[in-house]
Amino acid sequence: MKLELRGITKRYGSLVANDRIDLTVEPGQIHGLLGENGAGKTTLMNVLYGLTQPDEGEILIDGQAAALHSPKDAIGVGIGMVHQHFMLVPVFTVAENVTLGDERARVFGLLDRRRMRREVRELSEAYGLEVDPDAYVEDLPVGVQQRVEIVKALVRQAGVLILDEPTSVLTPGETEELFTIMRQLKGGGRSIIFISHKLREVQAIADTITVIRRGRVVGNRSAAASDAELAELMVGRSVALRVSKPPANPGDVVLEVRDLAVEHHHGQFAADRVSFEVRSGEILGIAGVQGNGQTELAEALLGLRPATSGTVRLGGRDITGDPPRERLRAGIGYIPEDRQEDGLIAPFSVAENMILDVYDRPPYARGIALNLDAIRSTAISRTAEFDVRTTSIDTPVGTLSGGNQQKVILAREIGRELKVLVASQPTRGLDVGSIEFVHRRIIAQRDRGVAVLIISAELDEIYELADRIAVMYEGRITGIRPPTVPVAELGLLMSGGMTDADGAGGAPGGGPAGHGRPAAGEDDRRATRGGET
Amino acid sequence: MSEQAAAGEQAAAGEQAAAGEQAAAGEQAAAGEQAAAGPRPSLGRLLIESVIEGHTAVVTALAFIAAIVVGGLLIAFTDPAVLHAWGNFLSAPGNAIAQAFDSASSAYLAMFEGSVVNPHTVAALFQQKSLSVAFRDGAVSAVFDPLSETAVNATPLILAGLSVAIAFRAGLFNIGAQSQYIGGALVCTWLGFGVSLPPVIHVVVCVLGAIIGGAVIGWIPGVLKAATGAHEVIVTIMLNYVMAYFLAWILGTSAMQRPGRTDLISPIIAGDAHLPLLLGSHLRVNASFLIALACAIGVWWLLTRSSIGFEFRSVGASPSAARNAGMNVPRTWMLVFLVAGALAGLASTAVVQGTDFSLNFQSYGTFGIDAITVALLGRARPLGVVLAALLFGALHAGGILMQAVTSTPLTITTVIQSVVVLFVAAPPLIRGIFRLHKATARGADQSLAKGWNG
Repeated sequence: MKLELRGITKRYGSLVANDRIDLTVEPGQIHGLLGENGAGKTTLMNVLYGLTQPDEGEILIDGQAAALHSPKDAIGVGIGMVHQHFMLVPVFTVAENVTLGDERARVFGLLDRRRMRREVRELSEAYGLEVDPDAYVEDLPVGVQQRVEIVKALVRQAGVLILDEPTSVLTPGETEELFTIMRQLKGGGRSIIFISHKLREVQAIADTITVIRRGRVVGNRSAAASDAELAELMVGRSVALRVSKPPANPGDVVLEVRDLAVEHHHGQFAADRVSFEVRSGEILGIAGVQGNGQTELAEALLGLRPATSGTVRLGGRDITGDPPRERLRAGIGYIPEDRQEDGLIAPFSVAENMILDVYDRPPYARGIALNLDAIRSTAISRTAEFDVRTTSIDTPVGTLSGGNQQKVILAREIGRELKVLVASQPTRGLDVGSIEFVHRRIIAQRDRGVAVLIISAELDEIYELADRIAVMYEGRITGIRPPTVPVAELGLLMSGGMTDADGAGGAPGGGPAGHGRPAAGEDDRRATRGGET
Repeated sequence: MSEQAAAGEQAAAGEQAAAGEQAAAGEQAAAGEQAAAGPRPSLGRLLIESVIEGHTAVVTALAFIAAIVVGGLLIAFTDPAVLHAWGNFLSAPGNAIAQAFDSASSAYLAMFEGSVVNPHTVAALFQQKSLSVAFRDGAVSAVFDPLSETAVNATPLILAGLSVAIAFRAGLFNIGAQSQYIGGALVCTWLGFGVSLPPVIHVVVCVLGAIIGGAVIGWIPGVLKAATGAHEVIVTIMLNYVMAYFLAWILGTSAMQRPGRTDLISPIIAGDAHLPLLLGSHLRVNASFLIALACAIGVWWLLTRSSIGFEFRSVGASPSAARNAGMNVPRTWMLVFLVAGALAGLASTAVVQGTDFSLNFQSYGTFGIDAITVALLGRARPLGVVLAALLFGALHAGGILMQAVTSTPLTITTVIQSVVVLFVAAPPLIRGIFRLHKATARGADQSLAKGWNG
C-alpha cells in the first residue's frame, strides 16, 4: 500500500501546526519521521488517522484520494496506529483487547472468541511477535503490550502502521526486539511510519527519513545521512550533540543514602534498600526503565514521601525525617520529573514561579510582606541569564514552551546556593537546543562542587552526563558502573538479567578510571557524535 | 437599568480595546522581541488581567440584564391583573402587553427607589424651607435612606463573601460560612450583654470575640482536612446544621435566653457595644460597613502582597507544586480556614452590633449560602465580592419596598439572584445569547496560540 500526503496544512488560530506537508510512504518501507517535540509530527499523524481534519491538502491511498473523518475511516483504508500511550484495557486478555472495537459476532450476538484467538496466534507467529492471546494485559511487560497494539492494527488489515515514539517506554533490549519485528513487518510488505525524536534510532531502522521543523518538511534524507546533518535539520542550526565535559573532580561525600526503602502500598516497596553516595563535584546518573522506583526514590530524597527505613544524610547530617522545606533550605535543589504538575504553577507568572521555594525569605519577603521589587528584579535578571523566552516576566508560565518552562525551574533551583541537585528526567520532552542548555547548566553545577544526582530513562542522557552510573530495577540498585560500561551490560542491569551480589555495592567507579573513552562496543556509535563537539 | 446597560457598554468597549492591545502585544512577541526586561508596570500582566476582567465584567453585566428580563417576566405573569389581561389577549393584545410591561416596570421602579434613590424624597427635600430644617426633620436622611439600606444589607455579605472567596483562592470550598457566622454571633452577643466594659473597649471586645468565635468554628474543617483528609465540603455542611441547632438549643437555656421570654431570643446587648452609626441617627448604616471595606482591602493585600497569600494561592492553584516547593499544604489549609472563619464570624457583628442588637434562632438568615453566590459572582476577587455584595444588598433592600408597594413577592429578588449566578456560571450561554461567541473565541484562540509560539 502506498500512502501519499499532499500539501497538508493544519492551522490552530494563527499557529500553523502543519504547513504544506508532502510525504510519500512507499510499500514495504520504513519511513522515519524525525522532528523535535512540537514540530508538528503528532498533528500530522492525527490528520492521517482521522482524528483532526486538515485545512488544506489531501491524502492519497494507492493513488486514490481518501477522506478520513474519523479513526474508523483510517482503519477502513488500512492505516493502523500505535499510540505513545497504549489504548489497552488492563483487565482484558490479549485476544479481548484485540477484539475490542472490532467485535465480530456470531448468531445471537455471541463473540467469536475462537477466531480472534486464532488470528492473534497466526499473526504472532508470522511476525515473531510472541504474544499469548490468553494472557491478561496487566500481567504483560510494556514491550509485549506494545506488540499487542501492533497485533491490534494488523488484525484490522493495516497496510501502513504508524508508531508514535514507540521506544520511549522500552529498554535497549526491547527496542532491539521491536526493530526486529519492524523489519519482519517490512518484509511482509507493510509500510511503517516511525515517529521519533531520537536520531540514532531513526537512523538505525528507517529506509528514508523526513525531517519536520516548525510544521514544515525541511528535508528528506536516506538512512545514510549523518547525525550532524539530521540534527541540524531538526533544530535549524548546528548543535553540539555532546556537551563537552571536563573530567570530574569528586570531593567529599555530600549525599549519602543507606538502605533506603519506600513503601508503595502495603508491603510492596517502590524503592528497596537503596544505597549510594554522591560526592561533591560528581554526577551520579540513575538509569532504568521508567517505573522502577526512580520517582519514589527522588521524592523520598526530598521528603515528599516518607522513608520506611534507611537513612539519608546530607553533608553528614541525618535528614531522613526532615520535611521538604528544611531539605530545600539545607541546600537540596530539585528538578521534578513532571514539571507541569510538580515543578510549576501554570497560571502563576514567570516571576512568581521563580521564587516558588524562597518566597518567604529575604530579600523576597520582609515579615509577611512580599517585596515585589526584589521579586521582579530577580526574575528579570534570571530570565536573561537563563535565556527564558517569554514576552514578560508576568506571563503565565503555563503558556511557555516546555524548554522555557524547564529553564524557569532551572533558574529557580540553580539560582540559590546548592549542595545537592536532584534532577529527575531533566530533559524529558525538550527539544535538542534546550537539552543542550540544560546539560551545560547541570555540568556547570557539578564543576562548582555541587553533588548532582540525575535520574533519567534516556540512556543517552545518562552516558552524556554521568560520572558514575547506577541502574535501578524493581526498586533496587542492580549495579553501579563507571560511564565506560557497555550499553549491553546496562541493558542487562536494567532488565534484572544481572545483579550485583549485594544489590548495591558494585564498582565504586567515579575515580579517574571512569573518565576514559567509552568501551569498544560503544565506540563506533559515539565516535561520530564525539566528533561533533 | 439604564445605568447597568451603560456599564455593560463601557465594559464591552474596554474589552475591545484590551483585545486590540493584546493582539499587538502578541505580534511583538511573535516578532521575537524580548520584553522580559521591560518597564516596571508590566504590560503583559495588565493586558491579560484586563482581558480576563473585562471579559467577566461583560458577562456579568449581561447576565444581570438577562436576569432582570427573566425576573420581569416572572413578576408580570404572576400578577393576577396581567393574567386577566392576557386572558383577553385576542381581543386586546396591546392592553395585555402594556399590562405586563407596567407590572414589571413598576416593580423594578419600586426596587430602584428602595435601593438607590427615591425621587419623592428628593422632591420633598427641595420643598424644605432651609437646609438646617431639612437636616433636623430628616428630609436629607430620607434621600440617603435607600443607599444606607443597601449598604446595611451588603455588609454581612461582603464579609461572608470574602470568607468564601479567600477559601476559593486557596482551592477550598467553604460552604460553612453559616456555621462560622453563628460561632461569631454567639460569642459577640454573649460579650455584648454578659460583660460590662467601658464604651469603646466594649465594641472592640465584641468584634474580637466574633472574629475568634468564627475562626474556631472555621478551624474545625481545616484541621480535620489537614489531619484526616476529611473533605471540607462535607464537614462544613454538617457543621452548618450542628451550629444552627446548637444556637437554637443554647438560646433556650438560661445562659442565653432573654429573661421573661419563652421564645428563642437572646438578651439585648449593651448600648455601649453598639457599632457607631455613620450618618446620623436616622440611617442604619454603621461602622461595620467600613470594617467590611477595610477587610476587602486587607484580603486583597493578603492575597497579592503577602507571603501567606502567595502560599494560599500556590496551594490553591497546584497543591503538588506547592508541596514540591516546600510548602506545608495541610498547615496552609488550616490557616485558610482560620482566616475564612474569622471573616465569616466578623460578618455577624454587622447584624448583632449594627442592626439587630440581639440574636434569635434564625439570625443567620441565608448569609452562608448567599456568601457563596457573592464569591462566585465576584470571581473570588475582593473588589468583585464587594460589588456583588452591594448588588445583592441593593436587590434585598429594594425588594422590601417592592413587596410593600406592588405586592410582588420578595422572593422574586431571590429568583433574580439565582438567575444572575446561573448565567454567570454559564458564560458560554450568555455569549451565545448575545452573539459574543465568535469574537471572543477567536480572540482567546489567538492569544493562546501566540503564547505557545513564543
